[in-house]
Amino acid sequence: MAKKVIRINEATIRFAGDSGDGMQLTGTRFTEATAIVGNDLKTIPNYPSEIRAPLGTLAGVSAFQLMFGSQKVFTPGDLPDTLVAMNPAALKVHLRDLKKGGTILANSNAFTDKNLKMAGWEANPLEDGSLEGYTVFSIEMSKLVGKALENSDLTSKGIERTKNMFALGVLFWMYNRPIEPTEEWLRKKFGKNPSVAEANITAMKTGFNYGETTEIFTTSYAVEKADLPKGKYRNITGNVAVAYGLVAAAKKAGKELFLGSYPITPASEILHTLSTLRNHGVKTFQAEDEIAGIASAIGASYAGDLAVTTTSGPGMALKTEAIGLAIITELPLVIVNVQRGGPSTGMPTKMEQSDLLQAVVGRNSDARIPVLAAKDPADCFECAFEAARIAMKYMTPVILLSDGYLGQGSGPWQIPDPKTLPEIVVNHPSSADAGEDGFMPYARDENETRPWAIPGTPGLEHRIGGLEKENITGMVSQDAANHQLMTDIRARKVDNIKQDIPPSEIHGEPKGKLLVLGWGSTHGAIHVAVDRALAKGQSVSQMHLRWVSPFPSDLEEICNGFDEILIPEVNSGQLALLLKGELARKIHQLNIVRGEPFRASEIEDKINEILG
Amino acid sequence: MSETNIEIQDLNLTRKDFVPGNEVRWCPGCGDYSVLANMQKTLPVMGVKKENYAFISGIGCSSRFPYYMNTYGFHSIHGRAPAIASGVKLANPELAVWIITGDGDGFSIGGNHMIHALRRNIDMNIMLFNNRIYGLTKGQYSPTSLLGAKTKSSPFGSIDRPFNPSAVALGANATFISRALDVDAKGLQESIKRAQRHKGASFIEVYQNCIIFNDGEFSDVENKATRPDNALFVVHGEPMIFGKEQDKGIIMENHHPKVVQLGDKYSEKDLLVHDETNQIITNLLLEMTFDTSNPTPFGVLRAVEAPTYDEMMIEQIKAVTKIKGEGTLEDLFYSGDVWEVK
Repeated sequence: MAKKVIRINEATIRFAGDSGDGMQLTGTRFTEATAIVGNDLKTIPNYPSEIRAPLGTLAGVSAFQLMFGSQKVFTPGDLPDTLVAMNPAALKVHLRDLKKGGTILANSNAFTDKNLKMAGWEANPLEDGSLEGYTVFSIEMSKLVGKALENSDLTSKGIERTKNMFALGVLFWMYNRPIEPTEEWLRKKFGKNPSVAEANITAMKTGFNYGETTEIFTTSYAVEKADLPKGKYRNITGNVAVAYGLVAAAKKAGKELFLGSYPITPASEILHTLSTLRNHGVKTFQAEDEIAGIASAIGASYAGDLAVTTTSGPGMALKTEAIGLAIITELPLVIVNVQRGGPSTGMPTKMEQSDLLQAVVGRNSDARIPVLAAKDPADCFECAFEAARIAMKYMTPVILLSDGYLGQGSGPWQIPDPKTLPEIVVNHPSSADAGEDGFMPYARDENETRPWAIPGTPGLEHRIGGLEKENITGMVSQDAANHQLMTDIRARKVDNIKQDIPPSEIHGEPKGKLLVLGWGSTHGAIHVAVDRALAKGQSVSQMHLRWVSPFPSDLEEICNGFDEILIPEVNSGQLALLLKGELARKIHQLNIVRGEPFRASEIEDKINEILG
Repeated sequence: MSETNIEIQDLNLTRKDFVPGNEVRWCPGCGDYSVLANMQKTLPVMGVKKENYAFISGIGCSSRFPYYMNTYGFHSIHGRAPAIASGVKLANPELAVWIITGDGDGFSIGGNHMIHALRRNIDMNIMLFNNRIYGLTKGQYSPTSLLGAKTKSSPFGSIDRPFNPSAVALGANATFISRALDVDAKGLQESIKRAQRHKGASFIEVYQNCIIFNDGEFSDVENKATRPDNALFVVHGEPMIFGKEQDKGIIMENHHPKVVQLGDKYSEKDLLVHDETNQIITNLLLEMTFDTSNPTPFGVLRAVEAPTYDEMMIEQIKAVTKIKGEGTLEDLFYSGDVWEVK
């Protein structure tokens, strides 16, 4: 019997299993195959903060979701169409999110009495009819790979571990994805251990053939290529994109890149990525703590490198005093905060946007700092590049806000031509720049930035530090008028950055009833919600802020063009608080703090509520 | 050791080149003045260009030091100088990096950075001004104040057991440790020279008198009359002899150092001979620090060779580049699975 192929525009799939089941890897392989097919996509991992929570428990469930489509995809999808559940705990945790009528693929061998009990199922849901309303494929994955690999040299435990590749194979068949790239990847990954590679490939093919030949599956789905702009693409996570953006900025500025960092979830991949790039001249310094991470970066900046420190919220708190030092010494520095749920240790592996106020105002004294935020994984590249450019142009530390959703989520990245990336012009004074009265470390140019004199340059010997300095001369000064002047200059330097912010783009009409204003990783969900509202004929537009300090100069004018403003944020209303001060008008808020991004439908509902 | 025979280029620098125009503002009579003067005297003859010196400090009286040196300098935040200096050195390995710190800055708030900077053996020089008191905050006990010290914050005597900073440095596996006295110009200059020449993290502990809040803390060794009987100046390869008449020495007894009178019973050949490469000897000397039955040891207590972090960083960059080739942005961007939309 020929099987039916149904064309669909988009699909959302969630892989869920025990944290030892290899769900992140399975999801990543599906993503790569999907990217190669030419669909647009977005992914999001969801894993526990314990490395290996007890096997089979609810706490130990790890998941990976992606949405892919033949049109532009802005989020990893709200509710999955298909859920892969490798054990009862995975089904228990994720069933509530599955779309009504959605598909479940379960490894029935894992639904033992013990596992069911551990996951809190009173009876086996695969058998008791409680999953009525869903399409359930209950497959003996463990048994099937066991049979397929009975002649392999792997131990029975090793064979059992290939069941994720079986599930992947079934999904590849179901969604008409090629298996060859994963085959190639497995051979490369297990190059030293060919029998493991071959066992995994066999398991994947067994899964694929299982879909193809058994009669339980009658239908597969095809998602056409997305109409993406012409060019070369690769899939990229936000953390890797940040690392690449920094390397690109360093090269375009003719600088060596220095990273001072202390490992922290969910930012560590930036450190990992940069540490592989020694042949790009990248110096990564895994410091003894968060403070040493930023302090070493400040030292490297003083000595002339493009310096960076990367962290997440609690680490940011520890770096606060040093950020003040970078502000008063007016040294270029990029500080990346991949935000997570807080306060304190909070929810390390879950996303949140709740460090906005910390970034914008969270320091002692009047200590303004430029802050920008990335909107999606690929945008992390541009934002990192821009943060570095601004830091060096204006001689200032810059905070780049990402979050766990962007950092560890992925999407296609249109690879830029390195030649077309803007050059970053950095001028260092030379010995000839020392005047008759010696070198003036706090002299000002047209942007009121001071010169970046590199130790080792004869004749420019000077001292900087955390004590207030006299403008121009850089001598220690506790003079009242000078402190007023320096505080004003430091603030003006941040405002001057407005001239580098291009006019804001509005999605939808430039004037209307409701403006949905966002920043950071809410971009995708807001975009989808606004698209749906526009399709219904509602008067709604989207504005997205890349710079949250300073705000773009056209912000107020754009806001004035709308009757109402809605700010959805994954925090308790931090941008709204800042904007209430800036705009002095009523602002509608939509705030969630559940450790997960918005669903577009939530924003859609709020839009309906406001517009009545 | 081997470093003493290095040929030093004469750069025609003098002390004056290292003195900036601004006024030095330590309390009159502070031990810091002597350390500053000896630094300014010694650096010109080290064969290092003036523009290649960078002085990095934290917070405290001694941390004002960079403002008084006409070199590159960074007066940073409390305790963090070793971390900032690490970044300076890694960004520009050509620089001769000096860290100036105090017992509060370096061993209380900055203790973590201190041990890690020493452990990594980054080629920098750390000079600790140990006055066993908090000066800038006006007289509280510090992590090196002795038990019983009566200070602003310990009116009934400190119940805080002190660090022996040089012993902490040894515990952190420092490759160079020396101890000097603020009033001993010769010893200071020797420590500065040796530290500057040493490849790796060098630690100099300076006993420094705080004339306002802890005056006389080190009087037994600062006072010229009592110093010879209370201080032991060690020299590599020489027996440990001290005393006004050079008539006392150190022997090892039951694995501990012991003072003996030279003469009938003991002669020079019975004495311990200093070996700055031998950790057991360094340990033994450090054990004498708080032991009133023994003199306080000064001089280069330890100097060993070990790979430095900064050199290994450069070597690793070279080695990886040799294998992978110099990285370009094209290589980087195309390092994943790439597809084309036509």
